[in-house]
Amino acid sequence: MIPADLPVQRPADAKLLVVDAQHQLRDVARLAFVDLLRPGDLVVANDAATLPASLRGHHLATGLLIEVRLAGRRTLEAEDVSDFVAVVFGAGDFHTRTESRPAPPPLIVGDHLALGPLMATITSLLDHPRFVSLHFDGAADTIWAGIARHGRPIQYAHMLTPLALWDVWTPIAGRLAAFEPPSAGFALNWRTVAALHEHRIGFTTITHAAGISSTGDDELDGRLPLDEPYEISESAAEAIAATRRTRGRIVAIGTTVVRALEHAAAQNGLVQAGRGLANQRIGPATRLKVVDALLTGVHQGGTSHYELLRAFADNPTLRHADEWLEQHRYRTHEFGDSVFLERSA
Amino acid sequence: MPNHPFSNLKVAVTGGTSGLGLALVKQLHLHGARVAFVARGSERVHRVAHDHPGSSGIVGDVSSKDDIYPIALQILAALDGLDVLINNASDLGPVPLALLADTECEDLEKALATNLIGPFRLTKALLGALAAAAREGHGGVVLNVSSDAALNAYPTWGAYGASKAALRHLTGVWDAELSGEGVHFLSVDPGDMDTPLHALAVPDADHGTLKQPDVAAREILDAIAAKLPVGSIK
Repeated sequence: MIPADLPVQRPADAKLLVVDAQHQLRDVARLAFVDLLRPGDLVVANDAATLPASLRGHHLATGLLIEVRLAGRRTLEAEDVSDFVAVVFGAGDFHTRTESRPAPPPLIVGDHLALGPLMATITSLLDHPRFVSLHFDGAADTIWAGIARHGRPIQYAHMLTPLALWDVWTPIAGRLAAFEPPSAGFALNWRTVAALHEHRIGFTTITHAAGISSTGDDELDGRLPLDEPYEISESAAEAIAATRRTRGRIVAIGTTVVRALEHAAAQNGLVQAGRGLANQRIGPATRLKVVDALLTGVHQGGTSHYELLRAFADNPTLRHADEWLEQHRYRTHEFGDSVFLERSA
Repeated sequence: MPNHPFSNLKVAVTGGTSGLGLALVKQLHLHGARVAFVARGSERVHRVAHDHPGSSGIVGDVSSKDDIYPIALQILAALDGLDVLINNASDLGPVPLALLADTECEDLEKALATNLIGPFRLTKALLGALAAAAREGHGGVVLNVSSDAALNAYPTWGAYGASKAALRHLTGVWDAELSGEGVHFLSVDPGDMDTPLHALAVPDADHGTLKQPDVAAREILDAIAAKLPVGSIK
């Protein structure tokens, strides 16, 4: 598979591998995604806007350069912007693969970090030399202004050019929540949404704080995904309930939507409106209660995203899909091609 | 004012520290809306925010591409979503006004950047939030402030008039394309107002003949209220 290295959300030649409920595979143009759906289905996308979560600055005790990647916060509340968990790197930039980035200077609780106009203090160490919680000084609007002006989207070594915020906000981005883009949503644009309506296919959104995809450290990556807050509106919950009553399918755009909906339905199988904290891992042992099909990126084995796919299809089917993706030179990563996966019959 | 249509509504206003924009901020604040406003000058932004407790002032220039996402991010942070966007910030073009043949290309570009491209970029960046508000039944309105110079070919108003004419047309196309999503677009000519922008254009105008910005702001808010979903009153 080939890493997609240009920040084009909807390349005209984007491919889509369809893995249907009978384990059959076929290629289609991703532009034809709507043709895979049926009247009465409901498409659910994640409207999280991506924070410019990469903050460069100095570790004041040593004066050394650091990069802080914000990786999580407790809630989606806009006011709740003082405290984050974060991954800290030493000097360097996105030209170096995350795995090869130097460690930060030794960090201890109480260390001060100067991040452009922002000042932060490390409030706890999270059992790893580069994983911390930190607290920003100042009022919420000052912190947001600092993040908005000084922060950059988390960058990727496989990209040819640095990413700007407009590269990583999906067309439907509307609430500040994600730390890396919910990139399955790159496949959508407003023409697609209009086409859904024309075909009597429903469309709604939820908000889920898509977290970081990689920390550059196997031990830390093993902790992913971190707990992620989400919110499901009354209108989205009603649309999901109405679709299920009429036996339409719930089609998730991205793994984050699967995580949120399945968490919200954990109690009684019904998606509850409101806020929650998705803390479950979805994998082969998970019995999906809500989501019938998933549009997602091209994921590689061993990642938490790939594990989630195993709730939709068995190992032989996914192996077959992997071979297909390799043979047909599908593009991986955020700006790559896509897979449409129906839950096994 | 729990029953006022703007009570708790999330509204962003560009050019919010003087003239019509300031009048809009005042009235929205009075009616209990959650207001975020944008302007270039940090001192005035902080003063207006101080004078309207609970409002959020954002320093930024809508004519600058690099400012748009930081502005959009701060609007979403301040309001935790968005129901209504009012693109009010305007650039007059050359000051004093000039015949088109005497207008510097850069002045035309600046007028287009502020009056046309900026509103386009900001709307595009915030469309996800506006569409979500429409789906949830409490919003989805964009009002672009227009002018009679958008319709009439007034000599010396070429840069301003051409940019406002293009904005008016853009508004119509936005509306035709997105009304199915529940997002409505309005173009409103507030009339000749007693504002700093008008004073720049017509320094010797008789102030007694000009509309007060408060009056125009009320008319604009009425126009927006008429487009809000029924039952959006909180």
